[in-house]
Amino acid sequence: MAANIRPAGVFDTQYEQDISLNRTRSDKWWTYGVFAALLLIPLLTVDGPLGLSIIPSFWIGLIVRIAIYAIAVQGLNILMGYTGQISLGHAAFMGVGAYSAALIARNFDLPFWIVVPLAAMFTGLVGLLFGLPSLRVKGFYLAMATLAAQFIIPWVLRYPLEPLTNGSRPLEVPDPTFFGISFAPQAAMYYIIIPLAVLLFLAARNIIRTRIGRAFISVRDNDLAAELLGINVFSYKLQAFFLSSLYAGIAGALWAFDTQSLSIDKFQLNLSIEFLAMLVIGGAGFPLGAIFGVTFVNLLSQYIIPSLSTTLKVILPVLLPFIGIANIEAALSPILFGLAIAIFLVIEPRGIAYRWEILKIAWKIRPYSY
Amino acid sequence: MTVKLKVDRISLSFGGIKALRDIAFEVKEGEILAVIGPNGAGKTSLINSVNGFYHPQQGGIYLEGRNIINVPPYRRAKLGISRTFQNIALYTNATVLENLMAARHIHMHATNMLTGAIFWGAAQREEIEHRRRVEEIIEFLEMESIRKSRVGALSYGLRKRVELGRALALEPTLLLLDEPMAGMNIEEKEDMARFILDIHERQGTTIMLIEHDIGLVMDISHRIVVLDFGEKIGEGTPAEIRKNDRVIKAYLGQE
Repeated sequence: MAANIRPAGVFDTQYEQDISLNRTRSDKWWTYGVFAALLLIPLLTVDGPLGLSIIPSFWIGLIVRIAIYAIAVQGLNILMGYTGQISLGHAAFMGVGAYSAALIARNFDLPFWIVVPLAAMFTGLVGLLFGLPSLRVKGFYLAMATLAAQFIIPWVLRYPLEPLTNGSRPLEVPDPTFFGISFAPQAAMYYIIIPLAVLLFLAARNIIRTRIGRAFISVRDNDLAAELLGINVFSYKLQAFFLSSLYAGIAGALWAFDTQSLSIDKFQLNLSIEFLAMLVIGGAGFPLGAIFGVTFVNLLSQYIIPSLSTTLKVILPVLLPFIGIANIEAALSPILFGLAIAIFLVIEPRGIAYRWEILKIAWKIRPYSY
Repeated sequence: MTVKLKVDRISLSFGGIKALRDIAFEVKEGEILAVIGPNGAGKTSLINSVNGFYHPQQGGIYLEGRNIINVPPYRRAKLGISRTFQNIALYTNATVLENLMAARHIHMHATNMLTGAIFWGAAQREEIEHRRRVEEIIEFLEMESIRKSRVGALSYGLRKRVELGRALALEPTLLLLDEPMAGMNIEEKEDMARFILDIHERQGTTIMLIEHDIGLVMDISHRIVVLDFGEKIGEGTPAEIRKNDRVIKAYLGQE
């Protein structure tokens, strides 16, 4: 698939133009427009300065959650989508980020903009450590090795570090502060997290399209050929683990400040698998795969599935009276969720982002078909 | 002439199978050396040993006088060794341009994780600078029309050419070509032969190639090494090889 296809009549005369992300005026309008729209959303809620209620205020919290998850999943995308290393420990790394941010903020009274990078760096180093098995093992065996991280890290947080982390009891996180000003309210968090997420996505996009990203993709597609090109495969696997955990760490730190109360139960294996599912559904190895995946899965599990299962609870006893609805009521949403994902993967195994790329190309070259 | 590569009595075995036995020969600076031999003679094993994918149990490999037997493949690339594969090993989901840019890896120094993430500034300048180099190779190999095509969508002959381009993007001083013309038609073979001669003439690159088309090998190579069952059975100029009895018996066929 030609990645940067041009509409008819647009010709590049400079390499700067050829490698730019937003080549045409409409590309720019779309990019800046979506960003501006995101920044406008809080102003249109009841809590906004105008008191309009065009957009329900629960959207703010929802978008912030999606952004945080998307940062984490983008980290996994760098590791899995671009470098081809499967990780089942991503939620644990997010947990490291969350707890280290909470502990730094509680014990040292540092501002938000210092705490988050510190927590992220620490998580990156932890990720580097658990990436070491990638020297020897590949594919599913590496997935098993990263599973170790998923079990060891929450255990360490729960038991040996109990005096610090409160163990199984929730840990309170202080208000995030910015130059001495606290910005705990949701709207303030929104204006910190959304631009940060946009910057992090841009950074990932830039890394992927330059030297390091090409090395990542080389390692994924053919590690023998990568060696031949002078790429130190092991070093780039470790760099991918570092970068991926760095993103997980930032997501974790933001999560800590957003929820202000941490529980280890949040960062268990099921979240790691959920991250994996989000990435695969959204499109692993595509720049926007993480955003699509997280948004889709969130909407599916929070809105589509609950409304579907309410309907089914009414219809099922009529259609299939012998199964006894009481027995399967609790299992209904997981079943529907699994079913939706299975159907989705059959229809588009390469993910939503792949469809999106095709749509974008079709739109750019209209009215021609190629 | 100085010696570019010296293969010093290397032996390579996989379990009980001896792929290479006591192979010794030299490749001189700026020459085209062909390695020929029947299937299973050990030609690809030899290239894999020079390139570092295989580790001969005995012997040494000297690049410009330095023993590189313990140097990992990715460092040998930095020392100037580049190669193509018999079964093309390109990144099929990427475009021709991306494949060639990936091969500029060892020459890019300004882009690290930070400058890469920021992009504007150092990384962008470096991208453009190396894009120029890659475009020169694209022009040289006459691939302008396919530069943005996905490699997976290209014909076999073109893929072989792209792989040669990728090997060239490393700016090697020693180029190893594993059957660059296998499975091609006459026209494609002639194109490839012309490219190989041009590379040699323009850049003075030392080339070591494996090829089955004897007529072509005799035409383009300065010297030939003949392998059979992991042993060297002949070495010399094309004229000498034509007259070598062992070679005729083992490979060229006896009347």
